[in-house]
Amino acid sequence: MSEVAEKTKAPRESLFSKKNRKLVTDPLTDNNPITIQVLGICSALAITVQVEQAFWMSVSVLFVLVLGNMVISMLRNLIPSRIRIIVQLVVVASLVIIVDLMLAAFVPDVSEKLSVFVGLIITNCIIMGRFEAFAMGNKVGPSLMDGLGNSFGYAWILILVAFVRELFGSGTLWGQPIFGDYIEGNGLYSIGYVNNNMMILPPMALIIVGVIIWVQRSRNKALIEDH
Amino acid sequence: MESTLDIFVKAIFSENMIFAYFLGMCSYLAVSKTVKTAVGLGAAVIFVLFVTVPVNYLLENYLLKEGALAWAGYPDMDLSFLSFIMFIAVVASIVQLVEMLVEKFAPALYGALGIFLPLIAVNCSILGGALFMQERQYSTILDATAFSLGSGIGWFIAIVAIAAIREKIRYSKVPAPLRGLGITFIITGLMGIAFMSFMGIKYTSEGTDKKADDKKAQTELVDENNNPEVGVNNNGE
Repeated sequence: MSEVAEKTKAPRESLFSKKNRKLVTDPLTDNNPITIQVLGICSALAITVQVEQAFWMSVSVLFVLVLGNMVISMLRNLIPSRIRIIVQLVVVASLVIIVDLMLAAFVPDVSEKLSVFVGLIITNCIIMGRFEAFAMGNKVGPSLMDGLGNSFGYAWILILVAFVRELFGSGTLWGQPIFGDYIEGNGLYSIGYVNNNMMILPPMALIIVGVIIWVQRSRNKALIEDH
Repeated sequence: MESTLDIFVKAIFSENMIFAYFLGMCSYLAVSKTVKTAVGLGAAVIFVLFVTVPVNYLLENYLLKEGALAWAGYPDMDLSFLSFIMFIAVVASIVQLVEMLVEKFAPALYGALGIFLPLIAVNCSILGGALFMQERQYSTILDATAFSLGSGIGWFIAIVAIAAIREKIRYSKVPAPLRGLGITFIITGLMGIAFMSFMGIKYTSEGTDKKADDKKAQTELVDENNNPEVGVNNNGE
């Protein structure tokens, strides 16, 4: 994270123009990659059982998307359009290998839980989608901002879903007990509170995202689909 | 070890790509508006999974895994850090190859699958199939193929089912903010809950065990029926 922050500091004047700021803020709400563009759901939902996993997943996607966007944007005039998908895949795959090895080295237990889903960042549609839609046609600066905005938009949905699922599913947040100890039965559990085990199961992730979409679209009528 | 048939059935139902792992959700949501296109994409996924997973299995076992290069005289080599890039390269190039072959030799099929084939290179379920194959360490290529075919069929069932539901739901009164994407998510969640009931199927560890169990159960049943006190004859009258 700090690495990215340093990079944004240097060319500050041009990077934080109004247009570039919009590139960051838009994906947070009205153009969110998950709820509006429907990208990146593949690996997003399976790892939202715990906030910690969701956090590390978001950090990984941030790293891959920001760097990948910049690399593709630098290469955009050199890539023949016929083989662009393979070129993009190779760039992403190399970045993902770095992320995978870093996770295994610094947070081994999280890396074990994420298992195949780190590898699946390669085919995460957010990444390919942003490469195709933005980085192939824009300069490095805006591509960087677009990468940041989209990965933050991805991250907050992921962490929100994980927050709900971990809090009500296992009564913890980031592994710390919130409602008291379930096994010893103190705290809230002493007056008969029980964890909702349904929340841990995969289908609930879909339903929570469905509800987030519902809330978002009731607040902004322009997003409502015909059918 | 599980039998090949168990792996196959499990991959279709209780470990369904969509409902248990959310793989390939992007195209699942985008291409499920009508049954016709859903069938096309589903068939293409079955086909590509069926081809790529065995190839990746060979690659994993004879090139990438720790000690896999023993046949070439490098027993200590561990190239598994390269597996992501190898797998995705294999998937992308096989998709390209398959596209060209289908176009040349089966133009009718190409017409049907045409636009979906290139999309499949970036479908999470294909790479997911390869990565699950790597993680689960199937013992033979037959098991890996059964797994790939099963997950392809599972994906096909899922996308055709949701497309059929979406065609019908057009005539229902869905709350406006939920229309389209929102209701699709919630329906998929409910379908996932339904599919979880398949977890109740008891997968036997070995085929012979199951036969023995069945035989035992049958003899017990026969004994009960022969008993004059509680037999069938008494109950019948």
